[in-house]
Amino acid sequence: MNGRRAALLLLLAVLVALPHALPRFYTYVAAIVLLTGLLATSLNLAIGYGGIYQFHHAVFYGIGAYGTALMLTRTALPAPLGFVVGPLAAALLSLAMGVVCVRLSKLYFGMLQISLGSLVWVTVYRWYSFTGGDDGIHGIPLPDALGSTGGAYYFTLAVTVLCLAAMRRIAASPFGKTLEGIRDNPVRSAAVGVDVRAHQLVTLVIAGFFGGVAGTLFVVVDTSVFPDMMFWTFSLEVLIMCLLGGMYTFFGPFAGAAAIVLLRVFASHYTSYWSLVLGVILTLVIIFLPDGILGYAVRRHRAGEARSA
Amino acid sequence: MGSLGNLASSGTLTQILVGLSRTTILFIVSSGLTLILGVLRIPNIAHGSLYMIGAFVACTVIQTLGGGMPAFWAALTVAPLAVAALGFVLERGFFSYLYDREHLMLLLLTFSFALILGDLVKIVWGAEYRSVTVPAFFQGSAELFGLPLPYYNLFLLLVGPVIAVFLWLVINRTRMGKIALAAAVDSEMVSAVGINVGWVFAFTFVLGCALAGLGGALIAPMVNISLGMDHSLIMEAFLIVIMGGLGNIWGALLGSLIFGLTQSLGILAWPQFGIVFPYLAVVVVLLFRPKGLLRSTW
Repeated sequence: MNGRRAALLLLLAVLVALPHALPRFYTYVAAIVLLTGLLATSLNLAIGYGGIYQFHHAVFYGIGAYGTALMLTRTALPAPLGFVVGPLAAALLSLAMGVVCVRLSKLYFGMLQISLGSLVWVTVYRWYSFTGGDDGIHGIPLPDALGSTGGAYYFTLAVTVLCLAAMRRIAASPFGKTLEGIRDNPVRSAAVGVDVRAHQLVTLVIAGFFGGVAGTLFVVVDTSVFPDMMFWTFSLEVLIMCLLGGMYTFFGPFAGAAAIVLLRVFASHYTSYWSLVLGVILTLVIIFLPDGILGYAVRRHRAGEARSA
Repeated sequence: MGSLGNLASSGTLTQILVGLSRTTILFIVSSGLTLILGVLRIPNIAHGSLYMIGAFVACTVIQTLGGGMPAFWAALTVAPLAVAALGFVLERGFFSYLYDREHLMLLLLTFSFALILGDLVKIVWGAEYRSVTVPAFFQGSAELFGLPLPYYNLFLLLVGPVIAVFLWLVINRTRMGKIALAAAVDSEMVSAVGINVGWVFAFTFVLGCALAGLGGALIAPMVNISLGMDHSLIMEAFLIVIMGGLGNIWGALLGSLIFGLTQSLGILAWPQFGIVFPYLAVVVVLLFRPKGLLRSTW
């Protein structure tokens, strides 16, 4: 346990030092890795811990980003307010979608969720006068402190660390444990008096909120938003990040997100066929390592411990 | 006033007929998707890629044979067969080992196939979009209540029912179809009475893929054939299948009709947001009937 804490502190120190050691482009990439990791972790709260088929999570990422972007470009209100409005809008949407979806079980939940999400996407995609349509919004003005790549990076790092800590607390809390119980056996959980739907709804709102935070951070880092952020293929990509890292570990999805973002950046340096590379890797992982890379490592580690004990 | 009203209503009629011909494509592709979903329980995202490959193959065939009606018919034959062959390889090589996996895993696996196939199409055909012209036989328009309806759309309007009848015959009047229907409900029982379920699954998968290829070949003369044409279509096809009831061919037909008609009428009513209406229709349907309009085989 102490070793793990030391490793986390070391990682944090490396992340803080990063902008001093790396060129600007890689600082930008590092910030994208952080916020995408936050996004994947927020999805994992629903799908890994809650067993809820949240197929279209990118919608909350997109709404968080659009909420912030619209506040910053269309109103004269102070910027920090925009940073709060984005995630809150995502949480609110998540509540609204959750209320109609939690009545349904697994697959039917997923199907209704993906249709509602697509409706949100297509509306944003076509509403030129308000959201900029398929062009999106570019060159979003930010407060001076966040204007530089370094400033945006440190803001992203701080917010991501805070959010991850909060989510970890939630996952480890009695609420989180109840949620895992619901995932493993909803009928028995209901029988012992757990309000299954209420727990799932709260989880969805939390996941939507943190997904929205990730979207807001994207606005800070990239100063733009576009409807592809909430296209269904991106939702699948985030699901894949969770799967790749391992859904039943807390940091697995973060690792998966880092792997995919970095793979995209570096593979697209060498080849224009990076999705071929990703597809092949994924196929191999799904066939041979169904609980993900980190999940596999954890299992091996535990098996090793059991042997030596 | 009277003539103006006539014009408006006949304009509506043309719009509906054009919408219906697009519905044909949606129906052909989503019936293949729902067949695979119903019998094999695979939510095949790569289905959209197969549709795209069908369109590219049709384009290559038409360009190689130099256009004209024979080339068009050859494309309509070769594209589904080529895609079916690809489907056969996918089914025997991968899916046949993975039927017992969780649906979520299969969804993500087929998504990785979609990524791979998308890039393979880029390697084989390049990144530029292509287009083929409608064969001379189908050029021009029929007069319908004084308004033009392109012959090719008319042709598509005829193809839709033909495919629907063909599928009905295959499923209800052939031994293989009946077995597939039984396997959709209880594959263990089917295998217990001594039927090789693996081959039934392979047959169904290949038939479903051929439909995707046919859909791609039929759309080829109407649109720019490009990378990315798989993404928007597969989303629509999935929503149609969900709306109609998983695994139900008639559900796919009904869903395609609703999707195609709300879109064409929506564009008529409010051009900017026309494309939003079908999505709205899906949500409304699912709010009242979460398991789809018709009985699902799940």
